[in-house]
Amino acid sequence: MSEHTEAAPRPPSSAQPAAAVRRRSQGELVLRRFLRHKAAVTSLVLFVAVVLLAFAGGALWRYDYADITSAVSQPPSLEHPFGTDNLGHDTFAQVLRGTQRSVEIALLIAFLAGLVGTLWGAFSGYYRGITDSVMMRIADLVLTLPLLAVAAVLTRATNGSWWFVALVIAALQWAYVSRVVRGVVLSLREKEYIEASRALGATDRWIIFRHLIPNALGPIIVNVTILVAAAILVETALSFLGLGVQPPDTSLGLLVSEADTAVSTRPWLFYFPGAFIVVIALSINFIGDGLRDAFDPTQRKARS
Amino acid sequence: MLTYTLRRLLVSIPVIVASTFVVFLLVTMAGDPLAGLKGRNPPPSPQVIAVEEQRLHLDEPPLQRYWTWITGVARGDFGPSVRTNVDIGHEVAARFGVTLRLVAVAVLLALVLAVVVGVISAVKQYSGIDYGFTFAAFLFLSMPSFWFAVLLKQGGISLNNLLGDQVVYTIGDRSVIVEGGAWAQLADTAGHMVLPTISLALLSFGAWSRFQRASMLDVLNSDYVLFARAKGLSRRRVIVRHALRTALIPMTTVTALDFATLISGAVITETVFQWRGLGEFLVTSVNQRDAYAVLAWLLVIAVAVIVFNLIADLLYALLDPRIRHE
Repeated sequence: MSEHTEAAPRPPSSAQPAAAVRRRSQGELVLRRFLRHKAAVTSLVLFVAVVLLAFAGGALWRYDYADITSAVSQPPSLEHPFGTDNLGHDTFAQVLRGTQRSVEIALLIAFLAGLVGTLWGAFSGYYRGITDSVMMRIADLVLTLPLLAVAAVLTRATNGSWWFVALVIAALQWAYVSRVVRGVVLSLREKEYIEASRALGATDRWIIFRHLIPNALGPIIVNVTILVAAAILVETALSFLGLGVQPPDTSLGLLVSEADTAVSTRPWLFYFPGAFIVVIALSINFIGDGLRDAFDPTQRKARS
Repeated sequence: MLTYTLRRLLVSIPVIVASTFVVFLLVTMAGDPLAGLKGRNPPPSPQVIAVEEQRLHLDEPPLQRYWTWITGVARGDFGPSVRTNVDIGHEVAARFGVTLRLVAVAVLLALVLAVVVGVISAVKQYSGIDYGFTFAAFLFLSMPSFWFAVLLKQGGISLNNLLGDQVVYTIGDRSVIVEGGAWAQLADTAGHMVLPTISLALLSFGAWSRFQRASMLDVLNSDYVLFARAKGLSRRRVIVRHALRTALIPMTTVTALDFATLISGAVITETVFQWRGLGEFLVTSVNQRDAYAVLAWLLVIAVAVIVFNLIADLLYALLDPRIRHE
């Protein structure tokens, strides 16, 4: 059996010259294709840089986000690169701290929604029939719940710590992931290798966790990546409406919201946190685009 | 087709009931809607509180209150609001009109822009213009709606200052008093709509132009387009007559689906520009723990989602003869 799989020819990759045939794993191929996507690689570097700046820089910076300095409502200067607010907070320190929170929340949302959505979609698509109907109706129900109303109610009821905000958003976002995964699993489960695995006596759980989910990983990774960008925007929007992260904690959305009234007098308070949101969301969207091309290169060819 | 439509509408009723029930429980759990009244100084007499509780059905257990509400809705009664001067049915209808005006124009604008940009991008794939449009689309996709709206509002204020005249309005959906006839009324409404419409339209434009590009590329790579070129039709004719018409079909579905989402998603735009639309109604209602008002909002949104989903599917079958609903 093992001898047979060793000898089995791999599907040839179009990019390789015939002379230098070397076996490459699926992961290697994806990585190579991703690295060729310039916008995605640049975005990845940018995103890592912003995250490093927020977490390492926030710890090293001479001001803490809660420090109240004697400089009040100062425009950007060498001492305060992003200026200060009307209480004397250093805006740079606040933006770094806000970035930490927003990134943490977005990653937690993507992780939770990705995990639950994947399992939900995989089971629903694999078992089909009644199980599928019931599970998908529940997902539909979740999709009809207005995030704004749910978040508003729950945040008010619990004083909104950051992980709770993430939990609420994830509780509504997993349904999108589950629909995508279900769609992929529905087509995968009809493939011959699943049939073969079942004939060899594999259990349902083995098939789902060893065959279906690993093979659906491409679309899952792409969708979860884009979910990170969406989550950043949702979290900041909720915080902007006062329904997300609550003071004294801070997030990028909350910073923009606090600066909303001061946009013509102290514009730096408004532009810097907003620009950070755009840079983060933009870089994640480009990374997602690169991943999509890397996992599914057939989408990129053009004829005419 | 008719039975299909009816079946779809019937199937969606349980979803609405379940959804409103979950939201009702959430709002009920969130707190006491009479907290404001009870916290008043001097405190109101127990009789006043009892009268309010009875008016809002708060003296009934939650399940019965929900039952009261849903049987009332069947008769066209949306229940009492915590705000004594508000009739929920009238209020929601008026605000729906305001929001619909905003969303409809924004969708139209976004659609035209997205189709034009998407098609140009696809036809000139990997050219400088394609990369430019791609970047613009991703930028709008990544822009926080509230930030962009405030940015536009600032731009509007600067423009007005520059011209020394109120050209675009930055606050409200209409002026309180408009002098002049119907023409002045229309101009006033239009002046208020410019910025919110742009803000809402450009955000949808990002995703839609990418979608149109992908759909157009798909069609351009198909065999019948190659055949049309091979038999000697001009490039322009193939693109406009053969490719574009097919590539618009998936776009109609996406637009119909997003239309409903935008009705609830306009809340940020409405907040920033201080429009008295559905979004503002929801935020106020949630803050006041006005359960029946939140449910009325949800009902409008849910019906919009269901109707537009249905329209999307019916349009799809109408435009694409390969799809037929039995």
